[in-house]
Amino acid sequence: MSAATTAMSATVPPAQVRRGPWAQGWRRLQRRPSALLGLAVVLLFVGIALLAPWLSPMDPIATNWGAIRKAPDAAHWMGTDEIGRDVLSRVIWGTRASLLAGVVSVCLSLFIGVSIGLLAGFVGGWVDALISRLTDAFLACPFLILAIALAAFLGPSLSNAMIAIGISAAPIFVRLTRGQVLQVKVEDYIEAARAVGNPPWRIAFRHILPNILAPVMVQATLAIAAAVIAEASLSFLGLGQQPPAPSWGSMLNTAKNYVDQAPWMAIWPGASIFLLVLSFNLLGDGLRDALDPRQR
Amino acid sequence: MLDYLLRRLASILPTLLLVSVLIFALQQLLPGDPAKILAGEDQDPAVIAHLQEKLHLNESLPVRYAYWMGGVLTGDLGDSVRTQLPVIDLILQKLPVTLELAVLAMLIALLIGIPAGVVSAVGRGTPWDYVANVFALWGLSTPNFWLGILLILIFSVQLGWLPASGYVSPFEDLRANLAAMIMPAFVLGNAIAAVLMRHTRSAMLQVLSSDYVRTARAKGLSETTVVLKHALRNALTPIITLGALELGTLLSGAVLTEQVFTIPGFGKLIVDAVFNRDYLVVQGVVLFTATAYIVLNLMADMAYFWANPRMRR
Repeated sequence: MSAATTAMSATVPPAQVRRGPWAQGWRRLQRRPSALLGLAVVLLFVGIALLAPWLSPMDPIATNWGAIRKAPDAAHWMGTDEIGRDVLSRVIWGTRASLLAGVVSVCLSLFIGVSIGLLAGFVGGWVDALISRLTDAFLACPFLILAIALAAFLGPSLSNAMIAIGISAAPIFVRLTRGQVLQVKVEDYIEAARAVGNPPWRIAFRHILPNILAPVMVQATLAIAAAVIAEASLSFLGLGQQPPAPSWGSMLNTAKNYVDQAPWMAIWPGASIFLLVLSFNLLGDGLRDALDPRQR
Repeated sequence: MLDYLLRRLASILPTLLLVSVLIFALQQLLPGDPAKILAGEDQDPAVIAHLQEKLHLNESLPVRYAYWMGGVLTGDLGDSVRTQLPVIDLILQKLPVTLELAVLAMLIALLIGIPAGVVSAVGRGTPWDYVANVFALWGLSTPNFWLGILLILIFSVQLGWLPASGYVSPFEDLRANLAAMIMPAFVLGNAIAAVLMRHTRSAMLQVLSSDYVRTARAKGLSETTVVLKHALRNALTPIITLGALELGTLLSGAVLTEQVFTIPGFGKLIVDAVFNRDYLVVQGVVLFTATAYIVLNLMADMAYFWANPRMRR
């Protein structure tokens, strides 16, 4: 092989290898150690949630009056609570409530927000004006206060907390989706799709939706972090997961009454919330850099 | 200026109207007869009858809304089922406590967030930038009720320096008031400091690469003068405007912080109302909060307009 050929093969990239935006995003994400660390910790928590029955050393709701507020030892690695329940087992089972609340409420927000945002941006006119004003009204109510009010009126339970968080977080997705649709719908390929006679619903779902997903997914990852904190907050106030079922927020609510006697009751559930939220934030920041470079 | 103010005022009116519809609709989420549920656990027939008449429950929904809105416009948000006091009086009674907490928290957030953002932007890529970014992530990821419990554990239980809970009016004893408020204010300010740090960093990075900063440097001005006088002054406007959006975080955070530190403010009022099924108080607090949030954002907009001469053209 001549020197010229070698030089050419070194400088000219193989043009035929074309990666899609998602594959490019994944490659960019792999270059961000903090985002990968966030993803690894999230996956670890997912694993803990799925394997809770096998990982948990004890029954999370079994009381033991002979082991009330025991400090961490070989039998109870994270100590016991005010009625002798094993804190480690409750933290492990609490992962389920937190992850479930985070994911389900954001899925609800995505469903509501993306459909309404798509409708507003795509149809335009008075529909857009009405939806935009309604979104403004929702956004004017601080997120947690609206979630508290909704949870209060719906009644305290984990599922109602998820509904309350999902509804309260939806307006952000409406606004984001609408903005993205307005940008994308004037692109040439949408014009082309219209010119070849695609019906509006097909243009909206097959041509616009896939092209606005990247920023929506970034926002969804960050919204899960906010939803995990919101669920913990509602449970802390007594409006989420109801006792004796374990949840990190409700564990902290009880723990605050025993800070001076049993600080371990507060440390571990709080540290778990912190770690999970931090991981979602790291992953969300990394995804934003990888999938939506304009936001950097 | 007046023209802009009138236009902005006109634009928030429909939002306020829709907020009121939204909050009125909350009542419709209650299953069954609202009067029976609003009357609380006692189910006093006199209270139920009074509520049915007061809430015009026999009328159609739009008429009920019109009556309710009429009351709201004259400052009548209904009466608390538990205390029998007007909701507006309860709100105004608790407001100064939360206001003090919010002001102290914002002060702490500004004192931490802005210098951290400046240091991070000026030393981009250095360990300082890294430390500031770690601080921001910490602030955004820490649940404030957990931070509150940790601070109580350290400063009240272990060291015994600060009271774990309670509230003393600043007019009674300023020292005791500050001792009781410093931890909650820090807890509340922590998350906002993180957001302000990120806004400051981003605004400063933009300003530092602008021509006038390059000119200031070329004139031989010291780096401190360039950063503080030329860059920060110009970066402050977007920081303040974006910071105003954090007022919602402040109001939401106050609910949890007041709960942890047993502060008898606005946040504790809504939580107690939720548990006492005092729904008119919940409704009133949400309406008041949303209105305050809209008005404060309008004021931030006006400040931006006033501070930025280009907007006035």
